[in-house]
Amino acid sequence: MSGKTKTGLIKSSIGKKVFMGLTGLFLCLFLAGHLAGNLQLLLPAEVARDQFNAYAKFMTTNPAVKLLSYLTYFSILFHAVDGLYLAWQNKQARPQAYYKKDDAANAGWASRNMAVLGTLLLVFIVIHMKSFWYEMHFGNVPVYASIEHGELKDLYTLTTTAFTEWWYVLIYVLSMGAVGFHLWHGFGSGFKSLGISHPVYTPLLNGFGKGFAVVVSVLFAILPVYLFLTSLN
Amino acid sequence: MRLNLKIWRQKGPKANGKMVDYTLNEVNPEMSFLEMMDVLNQQLVDEGDEPVAFDHDCREGICGMCSMFINGRAHGPMTGTTTCQLHMRHFNDGDTIVIEPWRASAFPVIKDLMVDRSAFDRVIQAGGYISVNTGSAPDANSLPIPKQNADMAFDAATCIGCGACVATCKNASAMLFVGAKVSQLSLLPQGQPEREERAIRMVEQMDKEGFGNCTNTGACEVECPKGISIENIARLNREYLRAKVVQK
Ligand code: HEM
Ligand code: SF4
Ligand code: FES
Repeated sequence: MSGKTKTGLIKSSIGKKVFMGLTGLFLCLFLAGHLAGNLQLLLPAEVARDQFNAYAKFMTTNPAVKLLSYLTYFSILFHAVDGLYLAWQNKQARPQAYYKKDDAANAGWASRNMAVLGTLLLVFIVIHMKSFWYEMHFGNVPVYASIEHGELKDLYTLTTTAFTEWWYVLIYVLSMGAVGFHLWHGFGSGFKSLGISHPVYTPLLNGFGKGFAVVVSVLFAILPVYLFLTSLN
Repeated sequence: MRLNLKIWRQKGPKANGKMVDYTLNEVNPEMSFLEMMDVLNQQLVDEGDEPVAFDHDCREGICGMCSMFINGRAHGPMTGTTTCQLHMRHFNDGDTIVIEPWRASAFPVIKDLMVDRSAFDRVIQAGGYISVNTGSAPDANSLPIPKQNADMAFDAATCIGCGACVATCKNASAMLFVGAKVSQLSLLPQGQPEREERAIRMVEQMDKEGFGNCTNTGACEVECPKGISIENIARLNREYLRAKVVQK
C-alpha cells in the first residue's frame, strides 16, 4: 500500500456521518435543557409569568448561554444541510427503484424516514423561531416592571396567547411526534456513527435513547395542550 | 406446484428493461430456487426464447454469486441463506414471485438478473490485503491473539462479497461489506502495519464507487447470508476516524 491520502474528513461518507452524530447528539442535550426551561410553564400562572420571563431574560443575555445558543444555531444548520445532502447522495446511489421492496422486513420505520422526519423538524423550527425567537429578539414584546426581577419582556403572555389557537397546538403536537420518531432511531444511531459500540453498553444506550425520545417528545407536547386547556377556562 | 414469476428482463447494460411474466406448471418443492430458474430457462429455450441470465457458481452458499432480489428481499424470504440455499418448499402453490437484480448505481445491470459487482473488487484492491507475505501458519501460541479478537476477525472474514447488504440497504450503502473487510485485518497482528492506510483507502474507494451513506438502519445485518454483525460498521467508523487522527 502506498501513497498518502489527504481527503478531508468532511468529504468522506463516514466524516459526514460523524458530524451528523456530533451535531445530532449535541442537539439532544439542547432539547433536554430547553425542555427543563419550558416545564416552568406548568407552574400556576401568577408564579409562572415572572419566573418564566426572568428565565427568558437570563437565556438571552447571559454570555455563556449566548455562546451555547450560537453553537445550537450552528448545529441545527449544519445538521440539516449535512443530513439533506446525505439523503440526496443516498437517492443517487439507487437511481432505479425496485419493483417490489419489503422495507419493513428488516428495518424500523423511524430509521427509514430520518430525512422526512428531519425535514418536518426543519419546517417546525422555522415556524417556532418566527413565533418566539424572532419576536423576543426583534419583535415588540411588551415590557413590564416585575416586583422581583425588574423590567421583563412578557414572553410568557406571548406564549400562552399563541396556544389559545387549536391549530397552533396541533402543529406543535404533531411536530413533537416527529421529534420522538427522529430520536427513537437517531439517539442510538448517533453513537454508532461516532464509532462507539459495545456488546453490553450499546443495547443499553439504544434503550436509553428510545426512553429519551418518548419522554422528551411527550413532555414537550404536553405543554401546548396544557396551555390550550387552561386558556379555555 | 404452479408458480407465476415476474422477472426483470434487460438485454444489455444500456437497454431498457422491464418486468416479464412467466408461468411454471410443475415445480418440485424440493428444488432449490436456482434449480427452479434452470427449469424456467429450459422451458424458455424449448420455446425458442432467450433464457434468463443470472449469476451462480458454487450452489452451496459459499461463493456469493447468486444475487437475486426475491419478493422484495435480498436472497428471498429466509434469513441467513443465499439464493442457491433457498428452497421452493418455502413458497406455496399458486404464488407470484417477483425476481429482480440487485439495484445500486455501483452495481450496474449487465443483463437480466446479472449485475457487475467489480466495485467490491476495487474496494479490496484499494487496501483489503496485507502487502507482505506473512508466511505459513505460525506455531501455536507463537503469535498471541486474544480469543475474542480471533473470533471477531473470523466472523468478519466469513463475508462472501455477495452484495446483499448493498441490495437491501435503502441507501445502497456498502458499509457492512467494507466494515467486515477492514475489521478482519485490523483485529489481527498481521494487519497492524497498514491499519490506518487500509481503512482510509478502502473507504475512499467505497465512496468513489458511488455507494450510499449508512443510516444504521440495520437492514444489512438482517439480510446478510453470513450473519455479519452491524458492529463491524461502528468498528469501521472507529477505524477510519482513528486513522484520520493518527495517520502521519
Ligand atoms: C432538534 C432537532 C434535531 C435533533 C435533536 C436531531 C438529532 C439527530 C440525531 C441524534 C441523529 C442521528 C445521527 C446519526 O445517525 O449519526 C439524526 C439524524 C438525522 N437527522 Fe436530525 N436532529 C434534529 C433535527 C434535524 C433536522 C432539522 C434535519 C433536517 C432537515 C435533520 C435531519 C436528519 C437526517 C437526514 C438524519 C439521518 C442521517 C443519516 O443517518 O443518514 N435532523 N438527527
Ligand atoms: S457483508 Fe454479508 S451481505 Fe454484505 S457482501 Fe458480505 S456476506 Fe454479503
Ligand atoms: S451460487 Fe454460490 S453462494 Fe449461491
